[in-house]
Amino acid sequence: MKVLVAIKRVVDPYVKIRVNRDGTGVETNNVKMAMNPFCEIAVEEAVRLKEAGIAEEVVVVSAGDSLCQEQLRTALALGADRAIHIDTENNLEPLTVAKLLKAVMEKEQPGLVLLGKQSIDSDNNQVAQMLAALTGRPQGTFASKVVVEGDAVTVTREVDGGLETLALKLPAIISTDLRLNEPRYASLPNIMKAKKKPMDSVQPADLDVAITRHQEILSVSPPPERAGGVQVASVAELVDKLKNEAKVI
Amino acid sequence: MATLIIAAHHEQSVLPETFRVIHAAQSLPKPVSVLVAGSGCSVVAESVSRISGVDEVLLADDVAYQHQLPENLASLVAAQAGRFSHVLAPATTFGKNLMPRVAALLDVGQLSDVTAIESEDTVIRPIYAGNALAKVKSHDPIKVMTIRPPAFDPAPEQETPVAITSLDAAEPTDLSQFISLAETQSERPDLSVARVVISGGRGLGDKESFALIEQLADKLGGAIGASRAAVDAGYVSNDLQVGQTGKIVAPELYIAVGISGAIQHLAGMKESKVIVAINSDPEAPIFQIADYGLVGDLFDILPQLIEAV
Repeated sequence: MKVLVAIKRVVDPYVKIRVNRDGTGVETNNVKMAMNPFCEIAVEEAVRLKEAGIAEEVVVVSAGDSLCQEQLRTALALGADRAIHIDTENNLEPLTVAKLLKAVMEKEQPGLVLLGKQSIDSDNNQVAQMLAALTGRPQGTFASKVVVEGDAVTVTREVDGGLETLALKLPAIISTDLRLNEPRYASLPNIMKAKKKPMDSVQPADLDVAITRHQEILSVSPPPERAGGVQVASVAELVDKLKNEAKVI
Repeated sequence: MATLIIAAHHEQSVLPETFRVIHAAQSLPKPVSVLVAGSGCSVVAESVSRISGVDEVLLADDVAYQHQLPENLASLVAAQAGRFSHVLAPATTFGKNLMPRVAALLDVGQLSDVTAIESEDTVIRPIYAGNALAKVKSHDPIKVMTIRPPAFDPAPEQETPVAITSLDAAEPTDLSQFISLAETQSERPDLSVARVVISGGRGLGDKESFALIEQLADKLGGAIGASRAAVDAGYVSNDLQVGQTGKIVAPELYIAVGISGAIQHLAGMKESKVIVAINSDPEAPIFQIADYGLVGDLFDILPQLIEAV
């Protein structure tokens, strides 16, 4: 079985972001970028499926400008076999990404597609579900456990109130939650080896997908600041403030 | 045009977030229809028909919808969507799972986790873990959105119920199959709607110490939350996690105990009305957003606090 993993280049999760001066977006110039943490988990799961002898090949794909090849190389260093770079502008809408991935799926015919549940920049949580809809395949979102058996996959999902387990017919689309696994680090020899692994670059036109805009960001602003609080010296003072000043208990 | 809301329900009762989405839809085109899809859920439809702001209830009662699998549900919603300009669901795991599938079937975008509705086509939604707010305008003929429940008040109940219309059953797909649901049992109020939330972090040190958080929660009639560190360390189950990747809460009182205040945690609780932080590290980022901060050892402070409230 071939496993396809979609990854995204985002602002590093440990960077404190700043809204740009003209209020059109978030400052990304000279800001450290990284692979989206949920995508790292998806890559790790695919590599584990390969190590378990379930997956024969792991193909990673990313859409964006040429800089996202850096994150594709990282995925190759982590154990993916081959990369596909879809050469587009950045900040694509989830529906467009899903259409591009659908075209890649048709070409590659993977048995399983793994994605992160959301990217930590736009926080949309949409692409996996949209891809499943467009391809008419089942979806296992927010997965914390994935077991492939024959032509089906059993997925345990993190839902409000507990854990839900589903069986999906392959090919299936799965989005990863934080607790699915702990991603490994790329070793130096593997980083060197990754430079020799194949990376194709394709244009959206090659995939017959038009880049469309359904939404327009009118402005981006920082959230309202909370007024500075006070330090209290004792439990008695805290309880007094909560009772008499804030009146919440 | 008109607005369609997908009701979230579980075990014959309407979930509280449904009331909040109905309230959020007040500024959107009327009439407001609410779809109740499930198996043996006519009781739910009757409850929904008594929520203020609802003009019509659509009931799709069929075994195909028993576990609300998105493969079956999304086709149902998409088939109904033609006469609506807006389709809404709560931004819970239920709504997040279903709605993008609906949007893609309709070939439209989705507005995720909406915290304010500015006009019929423009909304506010947080991005970058709540560190920025985007004002987004949709050009789509049908606006599909998920609503962040804590950002809206619940709709009240009304005396006279509205009409319930039954929909024809669909052909279920065999793509997915429900196996089981392991629910977390709790006597305490639901985390996402509780008036008071007490959250514990890594500072508690072990699972047993979480009993202190539980005692304080019980004294205040509150719900228990946790940071990702506490969940990963196995102190509590993951559905109690508050944060960007867990639940988003906005209670009247949020008490963070032994939580440093990482960006990802703050994204889940910084809309709380009053925030209290108890931490031994005076430099912990949580103190920057806390209304009341108390520096000290939580194992000294918590027993005193449990005693005092």
